[in-house]
Amino acid sequence: MTEQATTFFRTLMQQPWGLWWLQARRLVRIEVRRNLLSKKAWWIYFLAFVPTVIILIHLLKERHPQYDIPEDSTLLAGVVQFYYVRLGIFFGCLGIFSRLIRGEMIERSLHFYLLAPVRREVLLLSKFAAGSISALALFGTAMLANFALIYVGFGAAGQDYVFNGPGMGQLEAYLAIVILACLGYGSVFLLLSMMFRNPTPAALLVFGWEAINPVMPSLLQKISVASYLRHLMPITVRGADIFALLTVTTEPVPGWIAGLGLMVLIAVVLTYSCYRMRTLEIRYTTE
Amino acid sequence: MNDRIQFDNVSKFYGEVLGINRITLDIPPGVTTLVGPNGSGKTTLMNLMTGLVQPSSGSISVLGLKPGDADRFFREVGYCTQFDSFPRGLTGFEFLMDGLMLHGMHPGEGVRLAQEALQRVKLSDAAHRKIAGYSKGMRQKIRLAQAIAHHPRVLVLDEPLNGLDPMARAESLALFEELGRQGMHLVISSHILDEVDRISDRVVLITGGYLVAEGNIHQVRKEVRDKPMQVLIRCDKPELLASRMFEVNHCVEARLHADGQGVFLRTGDIDQFYKLINEVAVEGLVRIEAVAPADDDAYSIYQYLIGSEGGPAR
Repeated sequence: MTEQATTFFRTLMQQPWGLWWLQARRLVRIEVRRNLLSKKAWWIYFLAFVPTVIILIHLLKERHPQYDIPEDSTLLAGVVQFYYVRLGIFFGCLGIFSRLIRGEMIERSLHFYLLAPVRREVLLLSKFAAGSISALALFGTAMLANFALIYVGFGAAGQDYVFNGPGMGQLEAYLAIVILACLGYGSVFLLLSMMFRNPTPAALLVFGWEAINPVMPSLLQKISVASYLRHLMPITVRGADIFALLTVTTEPVPGWIAGLGLMVLIAVVLTYSCYRMRTLEIRYTTE
Repeated sequence: MNDRIQFDNVSKFYGEVLGINRITLDIPPGVTTLVGPNGSGKTTLMNLMTGLVQPSSGSISVLGLKPGDADRFFREVGYCTQFDSFPRGLTGFEFLMDGLMLHGMHPGEGVRLAQEALQRVKLSDAAHRKIAGYSKGMRQKIRLAQAIAHHPRVLVLDEPLNGLDPMARAESLALFEELGRQGMHLVISSHILDEVDRISDRVVLITGGYLVAEGNIHQVRKEVRDKPMQVLIRCDKPELLASRMFEVNHCVEARLHADGQGVFLRTGDIDQFYKLINEVAVEGLVRIEAVAPADDDAYSIYQYLIGSEGGPAR
């Protein structure tokens, strides 16, 4: 090992990791409390659970013959692909993550954190972690509930599909998609909220970009959250009419590469966000 | 680590708007008052000191530390800003605890320091009420409590007397005085100059983003030699004294004290003036009880150097 590498690792070990961990835990607690227990968060609950309510109504009103299992499985895949990834998680994360920094600028309370003995990188990453936990708590719970409600109506056949068939694998894939979607969109919206006073127009551009991304050259497809998630879907849903644009068949990519690619994208976005955070100024009068 | 707050040729521009320009300061421990009209750059100076804004050029250090080194910097520095807003839904106690726990301390220690700070600002009774229900004065107090709770060595206070009633003002000033006596750095900006003036060791005058004067108040006043100085002389025959002084000294103005037992004299040559006063006292025509400068306070210096436009209150 070279001398520079030894010095680097020694410096790394000398950092106050214990203190940063304590600070991060405290910040996460504060943020999760604000994200999940705030009255302003009602519409994010709505976005997360509106399909759950519809599936519950479907469960109560419709009969569930055994031969409908593949059809309902495709329906659930459609809900994940077309609703959660494209709309629910997208706009839910916009609401949660753009509030973390920009929301506090608007409420003029960010300076309290910037005047605390907390490195700005620790503050930003803690807020990101808190936003991710909040988003995952809502959309992960909704995903679990949707999955349970879809198959519970089929009785023993549904149970067999989940525990002895492909059901559990599909659930794992859906949860992985929810996690990666929350982290991916979260990191993008956190950065956008630091770059723009009103991140909504930029978020709508991202929304448009995600929609047309499947028809882009493969290099440009790598700068998209949805393109990575598409490769993780356990069931391919063919869209009709306008939805056909969202389901253009692209070169298949192994799931682990898609997951890794998205993690790299998230890391790059967060690294740049940390740089922006270091140079962030409190100028509430211009907000 | 040194014991100074240092600005080295610091400028700050907000786009094309000047915040402060080429400010160099070396502030020792004690109470320092920032004086200047609205928009003169006082808050910018404080925000630069605490890293809330970044300098366009120059460098700043507080006790040898930079704001970028937040772990260490904000253990030593507390800043009570003018921003009258708080994280939503918190009680005063929770607000203090959230801040203290970010220092990485044990919850028991946090509770002790929070209670101590609440006592110091006389807000213990309202500690468990929501901040949203506080009056303006109470919100000012809880901000002050948050700034002092972790026992910083440097306390930066932006208009700390705003919104306080006279009793609370007196209590706050007594607290600042006590903290200054304990060897702490206090940097205060206030429009209520004659109250802050009593406890200030130094004054920094800025206007339009430029440093006009800085130092001990009396020294700064002496440096303003082109402005006649005003002296109050308590004596038994103020009219006689005034006529005597006008005969031989460069007195430019005389005004009887309201109680008739003294006279305010304004002179362009203070050294000659004191010499003559001694002579008059020796002559025995007038019984002089006390001689004291009447305009070497921050307000008067402010008026001389900056003028009354958008000026502070007394």
